[in-house]
Amino acid sequence: MSDRIDVKKTYKLFINGAFPRSESGRTYEVKTSKGAFLANACLSSRKDLREAVVAARAAHNGWSKATAYNRGQILYRIAEMLQARTGEFIQEIMMTTGVTKVKAEKEVLQAIDTLVWYAGWSDKISSLTGSNNPVAGPFYNFTIPESMGVVACIAPENPSLLGLIESIAPVITSGNTVIVLASTKAPLSAMSFAEVLATSDLPAGVINILTGKKDEIAPWMASHMDIDAMDISGLPGKLTSEVKVAGAENLKRVHSFKGTTPTRITAFTESKTIWHTIGV
Amino acid sequence: MSFEYAPALESRAITTIKPKYGHFIGGKFVAGSKHFPTINPATEEVLSQIALAGKTEVDAAVKAARKAYTSTWSKTSGKERGKYLFRIARILQERAREFAVLETLDNGKPIRESRDTDIPLAAAHFFYHAGWADKLEYAGLGSSPKPLGVAGQIIPWNFPLLMLAWKVAPALATGNTVVLKPAESTSLTALLFAEVCQQAELPAGVVNIVTGDGTTGALIVNHPGIDKIAFTGSTEVGKIIARSVAPTKKSVTLELGGKGANIVFEDAAIDETVEGIIDGIFFNQGHVCCAGSRLLLQENIADEVLHKLKKRMEKIRVGDPMDKNTDVGAINSKEQLAKIVELAKVGDAEGGQRWSPACELPKKGYWFAPTIFTGVTSAHRIAREEIFGPVLSVLTFRTPQEAIEKANNTPFGLSAGVWGEKGSRTLWAAQQLRAGVIWTNSFNKFDPTSPFGGYKESGWGREGGRHGLAAYLKGVTGE
Repeated sequence: MSDRIDVKKTYKLFINGAFPRSESGRTYEVKTSKGAFLANACLSSRKDLREAVVAARAAHNGWSKATAYNRGQILYRIAEMLQARTGEFIQEIMMTTGVTKVKAEKEVLQAIDTLVWYAGWSDKISSLTGSNNPVAGPFYNFTIPESMGVVACIAPENPSLLGLIESIAPVITSGNTVIVLASTKAPLSAMSFAEVLATSDLPAGVINILTGKKDEIAPWMASHMDIDAMDISGLPGKLTSEVKVAGAENLKRVHSFKGTTPTRITAFTESKTIWHTIGV
Repeated sequence: MSFEYAPALESRAITTIKPKYGHFIGGKFVAGSKHFPTINPATEEVLSQIALAGKTEVDAAVKAARKAYTSTWSKTSGKERGKYLFRIARILQERAREFAVLETLDNGKPIRESRDTDIPLAAAHFFYHAGWADKLEYAGLGSSPKPLGVAGQIIPWNFPLLMLAWKVAPALATGNTVVLKPAESTSLTALLFAEVCQQAELPAGVVNIVTGDGTTGALIVNHPGIDKIAFTGSTEVGKIIARSVAPTKKSVTLELGGKGANIVFEDAAIDETVEGIIDGIFFNQGHVCCAGSRLLLQENIADEVLHKLKKRMEKIRVGDPMDKNTDVGAINSKEQLAKIVELAKVGDAEGGQRWSPACELPKKGYWFAPTIFTGVTSAHRIAREEIFGPVLSVLTFRTPQEAIEKANNTPFGLSAGVWGEKGSRTLWAAQQLRAGVIWTNSFNKFDPTSPFGGYKESGWGREGGRHGLAAYLKGVTGE
């Protein structure tokens, strides 16, 4: 060991493609599984959430109108960037959660494969969930899935990286933009993942990552009138009802899931039916 | 020049209305305890006394539906379920005129619409869903689709039998049993439908119909024995339902309000467009959640369109719904008329210019002349709130981008119309609009194969088409 002092990373938030600190100035300590100090993470405030929503809303039109091919390539690019930094993520997960290297590696590789899986879905989901409807009249009538808009996700506590990616990848595949609250106890890999996103040609604002407390931020997400839907897979059960009640104010679509499934894409799409008149 | 038409009255002899009705529970009509009158809104004539279901009746209906689900319907193959639905479709066709007359008497809509739209579409819905019952595993909604159980269904008064069909047909096709509550002002066709269930020999308890008001609806929504709630009605009540079921595991679909934009580009075929504008807002007295209630005219053609629209509105025949010549019938209830009158007054107060053709309204009953407001902006309440009546708000725009911005500037997202001869532009507009149903060069078209439902505060889920089946199957939209 040399005497050199490590240069430690400052973990901040990821909003609109930039890395700001919480405007509140609040932080909380992130510790190893054995209780040793690791880093100060941002304890996001309601204003941080609002700024993330503004960024996500602004990014929605461009991202949803990008071609499915383009969105697929960017998702694949994210996987490429993550693959290149596998070692770093393994270290970070081991450090935060205390799992073995084998287990941490498995999580990172599965996270990469999950991104690749959803990348391939972007230009297929319409063919499978849309339809051509044989109405009794002179109309060319078809139904296509479209993104809902801005989706807020509560990532599960554990696995912190894989859970976060399982949550956000399907949501952006169809053209939604997202604000995700990372694992509270193990937020470091989420914030390092933001660095991956920043080098993946992902337009600013498509994915915004916050760290902090679920019981603070989830109700703020639920009552925010410019959030269209929520994935609450990572929300403790005792908060579910409160979040759904608050979300009813603008009829948010609130869902939760397990694992990797195309339902995670379709649950955050709206079906649009177009009647196009046929005539000479 | 005047057009005087001799009345061409549809006979009501084809239908028999009983002085008093009960509920339809477990395959039998059971007497109600309390009753309230149902009236013909065109004449204020009391047609019958409708039973008000309380806890006892709702409990009995849920119990009957559960029993039918467990002991019969969940064990009936898709093929056999489908055949019951085919039977129902056929009986509705056979008794179509009877249903049309009854619907018009109870609802106030023109016989032309109940006869040509409501009842044929209701039969078509059963026919369409009948064919799905034994093909669900091919619907792309999972390899082993499973029903939810007992569905509580609450429907509105604007298309009473058609909304019943939209709810009951997919629920039964997917293997669920039903407790349905029609709207308090329009229960008669649902009660006649109960007879159809008997004629079709549908097993007892598969369809249960309880009548009543909002208190009955709340009993259904909050009933622990119900697995799914399907509601069509106002956004306000939809939100109450969403909150009520939040702590439960019930699945919910909601078909709620709208403030549909009808966009007319400068290259539109004006005469056809004017017909479409009329269909969009005056069909069914404007009691249509997907009505084209905001007309967006490109500025350079606004005067011409308005001139022709007014001329066309002068030809609308408002009056006796039983007259086959009638275009616009009665407002469904005193309460709804009061709401329309109030919002129209707000339109005046906020500076909109009101115009209606000269038309003599009947002395008795509930009536509101077809009305347009010009000089409306996106901030006006009559451009933001659903009026649910024959009142059109007219706005203008200069560029296609501005049209889209104005059209999407609403918490609703149910429907929109686009008029223009340039295909690429109408499809571009259809792509930009945030609404679940978009008509290009037409409006207010419906078909059982075509999914219907809204974005944003217009609701959750779709009805009709392959997509509508998802509302009644397990696990299609996560947990």
